[in-house]
Amino acid sequence: MDVSQYLEIFIDESKEHLQSLSDQLMILEKEPDNSDTINEIFRAAHSLKGMAGTMGYKRMQNLTHDMENVFSEVRNGNMKVNSSLVDVLFQCLDALEEYVSNIQETQDEGTNDNEPIIKALNEFIASEGRDDAPAEQEASSQSTEEEAKLENNGKIVLADFEKNAVNEALKKQLHVYEIRVCVDENCILKAARAFLVFKNLEGHGDIIKSEPSVQDIEDEKFDFDFHIVIITEESFEDITKIIKSVSEIKDASGYEITTPFAEAKDEQHEEAKESEEQTIAEQKEKKEESKTAGSASGKPAAQTKPVASGNGNAKAKPVGHTVRVDIEKLDVLMNLVSELIIAKNGLVASSNEEEGGVNQSFNEQIEYLERVTTNLHESVMKVRMMPIESVVSKFPRMIRDLSKKLNKKMELYMSGEDTELDRTVIDEIGDPLMHLLRNSADHGLESAEVRRERGKSEVGSIFLDAYQDGNNVVIEVRDDGNGIDVENVKNKAVSKGTITEEQAAVMTDKDVIDLLFKPSFSTADKVTDVSGRGVGLDVVKSKIEALGGDVEVKTVYGEGSTFIIRLPLTLAIIQALMVKLGDEKYAISLGSIQTIEDIPVSDIKYVHAKEVIHLRGNVIPIIRLRELLDVPGEQPEQENITVVIVSKGDKQAGLVVDSLIGQMEIVIKSLGKYININKMISGATILGDGSVALIIDANTLV
Amino acid sequence: MEEVKTVEKITDNASDSMQYIVVSIGNEQYGINIQYIDNIVRNQRITRVPKTQTYYKGVINLRGEIIPVMSIRLKLGLEDDEYSDKTRIIIIKVDGATIGVIVDQVKEVVTLETDDIENVARTESLVASGYINGIGKNKGELISLLDIVALIEEG
Repeated sequence: MDVSQYLEIFIDESKEHLQSLSDQLMILEKEPDNSDTINEIFRAAHSLKGMAGTMGYKRMQNLTHDMENVFSEVRNGNMKVNSSLVDVLFQCLDALEEYVSNIQETQDEGTNDNEPIIKALNEFIASEGRDDAPAEQEASSQSTEEEAKLENNGKIVLADFEKNAVNEALKKQLHVYEIRVCVDENCILKAARAFLVFKNLEGHGDIIKSEPSVQDIEDEKFDFDFHIVIITEESFEDITKIIKSVSEIKDASGYEITTPFAEAKDEQHEEAKESEEQTIAEQKEKKEESKTAGSASGKPAAQTKPVASGNGNAKAKPVGHTVRVDIEKLDVLMNLVSELIIAKNGLVASSNEEEGGVNQSFNEQIEYLERVTTNLHESVMKVRMMPIESVVSKFPRMIRDLSKKLNKKMELYMSGEDTELDRTVIDEIGDPLMHLLRNSADHGLESAEVRRERGKSEVGSIFLDAYQDGNNVVIEVRDDGNGIDVENVKNKAVSKGTITEEQAAVMTDKDVIDLLFKPSFSTADKVTDVSGRGVGLDVVKSKIEALGGDVEVKTVYGEGSTFIIRLPLTLAIIQALMVKLGDEKYAISLGSIQTIEDIPVSDIKYVHAKEVIHLRGNVIPIIRLRELLDVPGEQPEQENITVVIVSKGDKQAGLVVDSLIGQMEIVIKSLGKYININKMISGATILGDGSVALIIDANTLV
Repeated sequence: MEEVKTVEKITDNASDSMQYIVVSIGNEQYGINIQYIDNIVRNQRITRVPKTQTYYKGVINLRGEIIPVMSIRLKLGLEDDEYSDKTRIIIIKVDGATIGVIVDQVKEVVTLETDDIENVARTESLVASGYINGIGKNKGELISLLDIVALIEEG
């Protein structure tokens, strides 16, 4: 079968399953007895195995197969989850991730067999699942017998857990039927008919087992009959009627299972043999066969959900309501929308120029166009939005590893994972966040002893909170650790020659903290492989600034620190206030504007020879944009000045402009790499009349 | 067949003839290698960009793209541009980036053989020498061949 067309789906789904495995393992480590979690892990591992098998990635399949065995032992209660087991399982995940990324790059899984991991897994099974040991010798002979039995009477042999399910069902007064379904011998689409049988039964009960397996049935690997075991509330007649209602089904007959199974240990091994046959991993060494007792349980995911069996080739899947789209196509769409908005702005501008000449209906149409383009823009933006979850979901695992590596106890608490951000931001934000979290774990949190002395809980807490604030998304990384020791930073800076002692003496705490964002500045006394090389915070800052955001730090020595990242919701198109300075037009992002004030010139006061105004109890410094931007010409004498009050965090500044033009939707364009632009210009935009206006980044001015 | 050969010659760097666009800046004639030229447009409204390099006049809107515009005169240390109806902005593409350069006038396209190009080690007295990678001789006139990549990328 040519599977290359499924490669993308395979990669995407593998990643999803790996992520879910990682999440569930974290839970399992804390609650080793959580059966939902174990089942969830089992399903994910099983789907992965099936997918890898279908795609022909043998190594990946082998590894997942062995993982599955371990999970099966855990599920059957033969094995206890402990931290070292979870460690090995995480290594498995890493190895699987490597396979997937190899496949993504080269379409080949690579040649790493990951023998040590497989060995470790098998050792776990060998040491923990000791109950099985005596039965092992019998396994091979037993299984041949069983096979023979299977062929002879065609009856289904149930695995332990399936028997348990039957027993449970009987306890609940449900009916359990074993049914033989015969397909008409002239039937051409056997698999389709069988599929319909499964589908029709779906709403009436749970099919816990089929023989041959669902996968084989779907692949038409059966003659003209197959067996199913179903747990249902309905009567035998009703069920067979449903089955027979599918055309070309000749007969459905069977019996009800009424007596509970006795729990037999060594039957497990028969299943092992049987299901080994079903799985493609058959070619494995003999000795493994006896150990892989649990692989019988490999089928349940497929059997309880026959239609949606997590298989790479989604042929049996119900029609989805989502479409996967290449991000480049969305970029093209976005650019077109941008062009449309520019064209619309042009129409608006020209209709404004033609005084009186434009009739009513023309204006109405323009307003209509304006509404449509705005909606269109919003819709495209929404399509590009992704929950931040896809980035942050890997962090709990990272903190767990760090906790072991640094030998500090710590917990990560996350909130707002569903906060959405533009795809381009999502792609870039992972590294900076990781840096900040590592920073908190390594430098922020104190050792357990220090924490005890300070009367804090031994377990350090790191918080990652994301939320939307107006046109911005805010991500906070907070810890209850040491906080930043301002004096220490100062001394380090002086001793490294970053600042002079005179400078240090007059620096505010904030200035000192800003030093941390300077390139190659580290306060760590020793370099660890976690952090301390001084390439952290400046990278964080530059990356976030490149995304149009900014970072702020709040810290209390001894109590902890908070890094606050602010990011614009969208990157390409923003609402802006257009202002005039002399003959030049500038745009200021509406997101940072608080109010616009008309202030009498006489209200301007001087503090430290700087101009400030008093506004509703706040003293706000004012910035004369004309001077700052070297606008030619003098500002005309006025009684009142127009001040645009902008804010960043809790700081404010007033920008003095000549006059206001109005609010406009603008498309942000870059100025290219050769022209040096000052930080306060964040880009340019094209106005309706075709001229270019620069965008002022008010954040840099506050 | 003849035509195809000429095209090959133009695109091939190592061939023995190259095409240049001859422009005049002040009293001198400069040649710009045609392979970097994307477009030539009339002078248009340039939006000033504050606090940038002095030789950048600002940015223009070229069919929805924002393109920085450089003054060769200022870059070469000559007097500031005086715009006339012959002023043109030559749109250059280098290394994926697009940039405009202002010239007084665009004259013609010439094809220079390697034999017509002289090295310029001895013109050190010129301020512009760093950006000249040869002198071309065409119909008895001398053309300073601009190293446009160095001109744009440096500083």
